[in-house]
Amino acid sequence: MQLFIKKYYYGDIPDDNSGGADNITSNKNEKDWPLWEVFIRSKQGLDHKHAGSLHAADAQMAIENARDVYTRRNEGVSIWVVESKYIHASNPDDAESFYEPATDKIYRHPTFYDLPDELKHM
Amino acid sequence: MQLQDFEKLFQQKIDTEIKVEPKDWMPDAYRKTLVRQISQHAHSEIVGMLPEGNWISRAPSLKRKAILIAKVQDEAGHGLYLYSACETLGTSREETINDLNSGKAKYSSIFNYPTLTWADMGAIGWLVDGAAILNQVMLCRTSYGPYARAMVRICKEESFHQRQGFDILLTLCKGTDAQKAMCQDAINRWWWPSLMMFGPKDSESTNTDQSMKWKIKRKTNDELRQQFVDMCAEQVKILNMTLPDEHLKWNAQTQHYDFGEIDWSEFWNVVKGNGPCNKERLEARRKAHEDGAWVREAAAAYAEKKTSKQQSQAA
Ligand SMILES: [Fe+2]
Ligand SMILES: [Fe+2]
Repeated sequence: MQLFIKKYYYGDIPDDNSGGADNITSNKNEKDWPLWEVFIRSKQGLDHKHAGSLHAADAQMAIENARDVYTRRNEGVSIWVVESKYIHASNPDDAESFYEPATDKIYRHPTFYDLPDELKHM
Repeated sequence: MQLQDFEKLFQQKIDTEIKVEPKDWMPDAYRKTLVRQISQHAHSEIVGMLPEGNWISRAPSLKRKAILIAKVQDEAGHGLYLYSACETLGTSREETINDLNSGKAKYSSIFNYPTLTWADMGAIGWLVDGAAILNQVMLCRTSYGPYARAMVRICKEESFHQRQGFDILLTLCKGTDAQKAMCQDAINRWWWPSLMMFGPKDSESTNTDQSMKWKIKRKTNDELRQQFVDMCAEQVKILNMTLPDEHLKWNAQTQHYDFGEIDWSEFWNVVKGNGPCNKERLEARRKAHEDGAWVREAAAAYAEKKTSKQQSQAA
């Protein structure tokens, strides 16, 4: 299915008949800086949480950029960055079988046990 | 499984409001549509800094200058959130930015209008950010996870943009006659282009509404535009100003404001690159990119030197 949507929504303007697709002077040798994933602890006592990603030449720059991009309003007290290529992820296609062992063990949940109402503090 | 089965499962997921995440299977056209929409959105944030950047050095007070810098900086941040979201779909940052600089990619036409007076900073905050907010609030519920999350972050920051704009106009409309006139003039010039931000009328589109079916979009252009008109028609009264539309009238039957016809030839003209500032904006972006080349090179060289040093120490 190679249908290309051409409904001209706001923020979805067609690419054809552009203004000036002439003389582009881009340096083809220039490579993107590596991509980093950013994790932010919003306050002491909480986990670092994934905030987004950004490009930076090295870890120091990644942390400084993360501060400017993701914590302009005191959203963080601590920042972790890790180069995206080092993140390994589970495969969403296997999700069903991968998490299957947990689905049939309802006795792992406290609500599984039907105990008398008189029983307190449990 | 056949392709059709994948597509069916995908649609089921959308219908039950399960978000799509980067590694999930998705139809080619869904990916393409998102890449285009998110990158255009990102470009709009980036180019959107230019008309306002124009006034930073001429803001009437230190307070206004600090506020305007903060707003423009936010827009840079918005651009970056969105470029990141776009990259999760398998595009490269470099390619995306090159598409903007070459003129291949589009951005919102509103930023191809000039900012002639200080009052334009007020009108942009109130009307342009106001229109963008309506679109972005809707997009917080878009079906693609990274796009939705970027939108949530952006929406939190946008309301200050709109309020500071209204605050500028409110101050002007309590000022001298000349300041009042400047305020009304800015509203007059920005009103119609702001209405155009929502895109062509729904009836103009002959395509089936795939974007709605995929829940990338959740409201039509006309719905959002009507919402915007209803909102502004009330807000403008607080300014004691008027919107430049003689057909603007409350309709008790529809419980909405009726409004006049948009000049669509102007809209298409600007989209096609013939707006007052299309060339200037692109040139400014290209220049910024080219002038920054040595910084990018130096940083890359420095990072490389540091890693090779670390490696030789480790060895
Ligand atoms: Fe923005
Ligand atoms: Fe904004």
